[in-house]
Amino acid sequence: MTAPIRVSDVVVSYGEIVALDGVSLDVAAGRVTGLIGMNGSGKSTLFKAIMGMIRPDRGAVLIDGADPAVARRRGAIGYVPQSGDVDWSFPVSVRDVVMMGRYGHLGPTRRPRPADRAAVAEALDRVELADLADRQIGQLSGGQRKRAFVARGIAQGARTLLLDEPFAGVDKRSEATIVRLLRELADDGATVLVSTHDLHALPRLADEAVLLLRRVLFQGSVADALRPEHLARAFGLDVLDQDGAA
Amino acid sequence: MSFLDPLLAPLQYEFMVRALATTVVAAVVCALLSCWLVLVGWSLMGDAVSHAVLPGVVIAYVLGAPFALGALVFGLLAVALIGAIRDTSRVKEDAAIGIVFTTLFALGLVLISVTPSQTDLNHIVFGNILGVSDADLVQIGVLAAVALVVLIVKRRDLTLYAFDPTHAHAIGLSPRLLGALLLGLLALTAVVALQVVGVILVVAMLIIPGATAYLLTDRFGRMLVIAPVMSALSSVLGIYLSYWMDASPGGLVVVVQGAAFALVYLFGPRHGLIGRRLHAG
Repeated sequence: MTAPIRVSDVVVSYGEIVALDGVSLDVAAGRVTGLIGMNGSGKSTLFKAIMGMIRPDRGAVLIDGADPAVARRRGAIGYVPQSGDVDWSFPVSVRDVVMMGRYGHLGPTRRPRPADRAAVAEALDRVELADLADRQIGQLSGGQRKRAFVARGIAQGARTLLLDEPFAGVDKRSEATIVRLLRELADDGATVLVSTHDLHALPRLADEAVLLLRRVLFQGSVADALRPEHLARAFGLDVLDQDGAA
Repeated sequence: MSFLDPLLAPLQYEFMVRALATTVVAAVVCALLSCWLVLVGWSLMGDAVSHAVLPGVVIAYVLGAPFALGALVFGLLAVALIGAIRDTSRVKEDAAIGIVFTTLFALGLVLISVTPSQTDLNHIVFGNILGVSDADLVQIGVLAAVALVVLIVKRRDLTLYAFDPTHAHAIGLSPRLLGALLLGLLALTAVVALQVVGVILVVAMLIIPGATAYLLTDRFGRMLVIAPVMSALSSVLGIYLSYWMDASPGGLVVVVQGAAFALVYLFGPRHGLIGRRLHAG
């Protein structure tokens, strides 16, 4: 059986800058995988490649053994964007945002049916935002905002969930709620890939960790990933040391 | 005899009735589109496209083709050129926009100056709301109806595109296609509005109503009501003022819209400057 997300030897460059330099990675279903790397390590680029937003210069991505476009059309891929990529003053309510998860299932005008409203209500319940459903999205706290987007993925019925830095600007309590939510989704069989540079949450969050610095430096247990020699390479510290010595 | 006379008097003239009808149609369509334009952050692009359609409209006039077709071609050409310059040189986007739309607009002015015509093509530049012909009325009606139907049918997709194009992509929609759709609507609406206020001021009708409504509500659905109502009312007021003052109608339509924005900016209950100060204090 092929892994739900299979990345094979993917190279992506922006002009002169090589963002991903031969990344190969299998992400398994039913578990939470932490994607660890510093800013500029290629985490966001890898997400874009997995979603098929950028075409790799070389290599390929397969979702459930097929081209990402197939998975996208099936609504199999849910995406939780970085906070910085969202216009929080946009005039939409929390419910509107979650409803956008249903759009792929709807007709050309995206008019929601009762079943869609029910799915949205259920997703909002699951992330404990039912009370705040009619708030404008920017009126939520950092953690609540993330949960709203996770709810969108749940309402969508996405079996593969990609979260880009979900813990940035999120307080500890919300972080614990999100971790619990992601664990539940993984226990239900979803494939959850979380990019983060927050190492504290990692042991509670992830079953597996991937260290990324333009290529995969390490993939394995969280405990191993957090060993100093691995982290030092992922965060470019060995380079720093050499500079210091010189 | 009554206090209504100043309002009714202009309606004795057929040209004023046509002017008001045209203005309301253009104001409503532009205002609807403007709700998306301000949220996508396309104000500059709207400015660029609405100016850049000028040579297309002139060429369409010469060839006897529909204005909208010429506008569409040059609107898309402008966007393609802007993208090409941005992506293939070290010139940044704002400069690319500035170069492309002024050059195309200037080309339009040159074409007007060398085109012999019975009608004054300068009306395209400054608007000619008091001289709307039957043919104009039909064309504006058809374009407005097309734009209106597309906007209403695709409103949820366009809102999704404005809010989160990455999600649109992730669920199998094409952000590129939705962007192109918005762009096409922009070129189409520019043709509708240029009759009222002229190419130079079209952008005002494509930005001010949406921006004003955005300051009044946190619900996109309400923006889609507030913007057209506000735009229609202030445009009609502008036409009346121009009748009473014997001043430029296109100019007054935009001035009144700008004044309405200023009032909302200052006194808007939630996002107005004074309201926010009170809440903060």
